[in-house]
Amino acid sequence: MTVDERVPVLEVRGVTKTFPGVIANEDVDLVLHHGEIHCLLGENGAGKSTLVNTVFGLYQPDAGSIHVRGEQVRFGGVSDAIDAGIGMVHQHFQLIPVFTVAENVILGNEVTSGPFLDLNAARERITELGTRYGLKVDPDAKVGDLSVGEQQRVELVKALFREADILILDEPTAVLTPGEVDDFFSVVRSLVDQGKSIVFITHKLREVLTVADRITVLRGGRVAGTADPSSATQQSLANLMVGRDVVFQVEKGESAPAEVRIAIDGMSVEDDRGVLTVNELSLKVRAGEIFGVAGVEGNGQRELVEAVAGMRPKVGGHVELLGRNATKLSPREITELGVAHIPEDRGKHGVVGAYSIADNVVLNRYHHRPFSRRFIRDRQAIASEAETLVERFDVRTPGVDVPIQNLSGGNQQKVIVARELSGQPGAILVAQPTRGLDIGSIEFIHNQIIALRDEGAAVLLVSAELDEILSLSDRIGVLYRGRLVGVFDTAETSREQLGYLMATGAASDAEASVV
Amino acid sequence: MGESDSLQGKIVKAWSVQPVLVPLYAILLSFIVGGVLIAIIGVNPFEAYWALVRGMVGSPDRVAASIARSVPFVGSALALALAFRAGLFNIGAEGQLLVGGILAAWVGTFSFLADAPGLVAIPTVLIAGAFGGLVWGGVPGVLRARTGAHEVISTIMLNSVALFIVRWIVNSRDPVILRDTAASVPRTEQIADGAVLPQLVDSEPNLHFGLFVMIAVAVVLAFVIARTTFGFEVITVGTNPNAARYAGINVNRIIVSSMALSGAFAGVAAASEVSGTNQFFQPGTFAFIGFDGIAIALLARANPVAILPAALLWGSLLAGAPLMQQEADVSIDVVRIIQAMVLLFVAADAIVRYLFRVRDQGGRHIDATNAGWV
Repeated sequence: MTVDERVPVLEVRGVTKTFPGVIANEDVDLVLHHGEIHCLLGENGAGKSTLVNTVFGLYQPDAGSIHVRGEQVRFGGVSDAIDAGIGMVHQHFQLIPVFTVAENVILGNEVTSGPFLDLNAARERITELGTRYGLKVDPDAKVGDLSVGEQQRVELVKALFREADILILDEPTAVLTPGEVDDFFSVVRSLVDQGKSIVFITHKLREVLTVADRITVLRGGRVAGTADPSSATQQSLANLMVGRDVVFQVEKGESAPAEVRIAIDGMSVEDDRGVLTVNELSLKVRAGEIFGVAGVEGNGQRELVEAVAGMRPKVGGHVELLGRNATKLSPREITELGVAHIPEDRGKHGVVGAYSIADNVVLNRYHHRPFSRRFIRDRQAIASEAETLVERFDVRTPGVDVPIQNLSGGNQQKVIVARELSGQPGAILVAQPTRGLDIGSIEFIHNQIIALRDEGAAVLLVSAELDEILSLSDRIGVLYRGRLVGVFDTAETSREQLGYLMATGAASDAEASVV
Repeated sequence: MGESDSLQGKIVKAWSVQPVLVPLYAILLSFIVGGVLIAIIGVNPFEAYWALVRGMVGSPDRVAASIARSVPFVGSALALALAFRAGLFNIGAEGQLLVGGILAAWVGTFSFLADAPGLVAIPTVLIAGAFGGLVWGGVPGVLRARTGAHEVISTIMLNSVALFIVRWIVNSRDPVILRDTAASVPRTEQIADGAVLPQLVDSEPNLHFGLFVMIAVAVVLAFVIARTTFGFEVITVGTNPNAARYAGINVNRIIVSSMALSGAFAGVAAASEVSGTNQFFQPGTFAFIGFDGIAIALLARANPVAILPAALLWGSLLAGAPLMQQEADVSIDVVRIIQAMVLLFVAADAIVRYLFRVRDQGGRHIDATNAGWV
């Protein structure tokens, strides 16, 4: 194959992609040269996945164009992208655990002789690809028996089997252990040495500097900058990634912290797969203060909040809420203590979409007077409470009996905030309170949280938005791999310092962390 | 959103479009297909259907018999409906009927009931039946809540367990357990006279007070679902179990209690049959009543009040079929085929929507419920 190495193998020009209410990508450019590892860096929600999914034919761009080897392409679907020689390894593997490696690799691209599968031919090619690129896998092993690292190799083999020479790897190292990461990097190196070109998505700065030939940083759907790894530093990349411009400014007075309301002592929590995700974490939040937990998503935020809220068992440690031992309490018992919880996932936990606004407003106190008497629900009382709160919390809706799924995300979130914050809680657990919302709703929700702090509530705030953490919190802790790697007074820290700590887990040379 | 992911969620979503029209069209379509079938056999379908209709409602006695046939179906359909609202498929009404029925028949023979007034004896027997169903429905509920064992599998298995246990209890001569050794067929002894439900019409089968019992149960369940905190908890668990847990609802408790209550509805239905129709227990009486309840509940879209007319249609067709066989020489099985077709068209309602041009409010065709089964 003759390749003109001066023509980029993949070029994205001015791609814009919007979803209802969200601009996921705006005027994004990306140039991938032959034999290059191009890192796509950015926080969660920065638009990395949307961009590569557009390149892979899963989405159609609203504006802009995609060029492969100098020719403009329009992909109607994934199969067009595969035909153009693009392969993608998703963050969540697309493998069938009960099938063997060979069966998985040929799936959708079956090698046949007559009506029968020709697995022997497939086996040979898999072995050949394995030796050539250092991707050793046993073609007859069941995928379900393989380690995560091996499964990832199967995904790579699958892409190579389809003769991809542009490989898109979506956060490939997120699931790997440190040892596997090193192996993975050598595989990636041998791939580019043999003429493949790679788009590598990550938010880990150390990796970027290790493997990248070029770096493009996305922030808020736009290209925040491109960088050369030889001149970039972790600090300069962190600055690009988290940005400097403050999107919103919140009016906030001095905090007057009083007694400890949330005390977490050596708490450990496992995630759904049984992996220890929160590791002997301790923190204290006082009445009248907002404690912000910053961190790249997936470092234990969800498990931390769910465990404190009683929705997830703790494998160790101790939690005290409002002076009571809450280690083993159920979600209801914790609510009744006076702890409010704005959950991370609106659709999954926060609301019942098919229910009316009124029923959602009383979702966790439907069994209390005046909403029910002797087990009979009082629909009038529920409706009138809902009307009051809709008014007070500025929910834009034609009426309280409208199913909540018909409202915009911002208005749904306002209903949740109304439900949780109207009951004068003594402590509040807030997870990603403004994700996907418009500026107006964000401001409104921020002001509500601050108003409660000023009335003396203790607030534990978890957010992937560093801006949000910085503008709301009185103190900030950085969560990295399930541990708090630093706790700061907001006035005494900086976006750069936090961004660096979030990405690396270690304080940069100048600053010492105060745990 | 989490809630539309489950099978139940998808079905309920499809149901929200034209909840009444589609079942009615499904029934009409089934009769058209049945008519074609009859014509193929060489019988005039109009004559056959005319005989069927007269068999169903041709005389006051036949009306009473049709209603009488329908009564137990109300209970077995309610047994599916409540569990369904909690997001569970209770396929176990068949077994819950048997256990409830045999318990009712056994308690009905207790000597202290012999001289007890009806106001004591009848509720005792009905409660015994409800208790039997409650236990038999509660067990798969506990298994689901504690171990995650799928209720469809465990209820199907418990159906067989129940059937063979009651057969043994009723058939066994050595030792005699509950068999009435004086009777020519395997059955239990007659229950106490005071425990027999009041009779309304001496039709074949006879119509008894169980009709009002089952109507009352359906109305109470409708009220419980619509207006009580328990109903709210059940529907929340059925629609979005994650949000239910977050809201402090004890999801496992709701799973167990809705399965147990579902079983109790089947148990009451069986007790009312034992007490009102035969005055003894015979396993064969309850064959297919539980399974037909599934079809009826789905036809009624798990709405307890809508179950009443749906069960009436079901029972009437079965009651009317013999006359069709007698006069038009069309097998009773044709009615069974029509019934199966009704369920098929209700489940695969895209066919019905397409044929009858039923559209949802937005003017789009909506995918069939069967999309959820994939």
